[in-house]
Amino acid sequence: MAAPTPPFLEPIEKIRFRINEIESAGTSGPATEEDLVSVRRELDETIKRVFSSLTPWQQCQVARHPERPYTMAYIHSIFTDFTELHGDRRFADDHALVGGLARFDGDPVVVVGHQKGRDTAEKLRRNFGMPRPEGYRKAIRIMELAARFRRPIISFIDTPGAYPGIDAEQRGQAEAIANNLIEMAGFPVPIIVIVTGEGGSGGALALGVGDRVLMLEHAIYSVISPEGCAAILWKDQARAEDAAQALRITAPDLKKLGIIDEILPEPAGGAHMNPGEMADTIAAAIRRNLKPLHKAKPDALVNRRFKKFRAMGVFTDR
Amino acid sequence: MAKETTGPQGLWIKCPDCREILYHREVTGNSHVCPRCSHHFRISADLRLQMLFDNGRYKKFFGKIRSSDPLGFVDSKPYSERLKVYNKKFNGSDAVVVGQGEICKIPTLVAAMEFGFMGGSMGSAVGEKLARSIDRCLDRRLPLVIVSCSGGARMQEGILSLMQLAKVSTGLARMRAKALPFISVLTDPTTGGVTASYAMLGDLNIAEPGALIGFAGPRVIEQTIRQTLPEGFQRSEFLLEHGMLDMVIPRPELKATLARCLSLLR
Repeated sequence: MAAPTPPFLEPIEKIRFRINEIESAGTSGPATEEDLVSVRRELDETIKRVFSSLTPWQQCQVARHPERPYTMAYIHSIFTDFTELHGDRRFADDHALVGGLARFDGDPVVVVGHQKGRDTAEKLRRNFGMPRPEGYRKAIRIMELAARFRRPIISFIDTPGAYPGIDAEQRGQAEAIANNLIEMAGFPVPIIVIVTGEGGSGGALALGVGDRVLMLEHAIYSVISPEGCAAILWKDQARAEDAAQALRITAPDLKKLGIIDEILPEPAGGAHMNPGEMADTIAAAIRRNLKPLHKAKPDALVNRRFKKFRAMGVFTDR
Repeated sequence: MAKETTGPQGLWIKCPDCREILYHREVTGNSHVCPRCSHHFRISADLRLQMLFDNGRYKKFFGKIRSSDPLGFVDSKPYSERLKVYNKKFNGSDAVVVGQGEICKIPTLVAAMEFGFMGGSMGSAVGEKLARSIDRCLDRRLPLVIVSCSGGARMQEGILSLMQLAKVSTGLARMRAKALPFISVLTDPTTGGVTASYAMLGDLNIAEPGALIGFAGPRVIEQTIRQTLPEGFQRSEFLLEHGMLDMVIPRPELKATLARCLSLLR
């Protein structure tokens, strides 16, 4: 199920392929150092051109780019001593959701996040990043450790959504998500949420009740996938592009609506063009956002978190 | 899908389950439940409140809160126009009606969802009305009952709708901290974001018989797994069997059950 490169990214991919060829041929190849410089310049210019006016649907495709860095990659770059924990102690260990203990700048923290797979086998093992109830229950169990041992929680969101299957329904997908929402509301420790790729509806929000919600520049966060919305409202999945536009799913839209606190800029061409740089940006953002939260008293933290979500919504009252 | 028994109607009504032609008054006199097969007809939020409160008397709250169209959402029709039509039809109640009254003499706040208003979908107005209901319960130490009847989050308000799940759930965390009872009543249908938030967070979860209750809708699941779903899947009795509900209670007994549970928890 390798996703093909979206057409609008093809010019960029072609140049990347050429650069790869030149670099792997090394000095024995026909291309000179000057050629490489000029091709790289061409890449920069092409990226600038393509990314200067991305439509929401194109943003969505960048967020789902097959090379986009996933949670585990960020965990390994940003934290030390990562110690993965497994299982919900109820039913199973869900590989679509990862979590564990780690250190950030030397201080102990707790990390959770959705995990997608890269190749076919891993995609299946990770269920395309779509957790079942046991995934959400594992996440809340690990976050409870954070609450008990007073560790900040760092949560990475990247999922098409919670898995819609018979088994997931039988074991209470809705209850698992709902329980995470109410439990996260009360944890007396700082919670930083980072939407790195796809923020797919309730399955994303189940890790998303935090004190600070950050979002990568090309990530998306939505009540329903553009395809799902198009199928229901337009009765035609092919209208996903229109739905993506109408739903307001991009980081700037969410910032305007007061849903997220910060947009984290991505490397030119998207996070996958330079995962290391992206990880550094995220690490700096965690540092910056954690600092003021550390000083807050637990009660104040919970109270402010309540008020933050209490204020969300647009309505009239006359 | 259950048909409503409220609204303009004739002398006779056909039960969608047993196909029996029924005398309308026979149905309404039986809590809008088919006297032959116990099919629960869908009822309006107002009727629900009348049925639960003593003498059908209650005071409405937060009736002026309305959804706006913050995204400028247009599908086959602009959302702002849809809102106008529904607001006119439902007197601006949006998809939830909040009332305070007494259930067998126990002062209680009840929020009943209105399926007729855009499928009972939850947008900013529903979220705000529920959040204010929780505030009021906290202020006056009242128990809360939410009667869900909803397809889930309202797509036309995008991410704002999704955030209402968090908004209401964080409020319910406060009710738990103050040990104020919250009973969730799930009726046909309760799906999507409503189930994945407050509908599953009751101190007690009580469903009406035969209600469709789930996270993903049956069509979405069938499309994902490409097989037909087993008989009775995602119905109240299925959820009871799988441990998601405390009880399945027929509508004529709902009020007495709520009163008993509230008196045991208070």
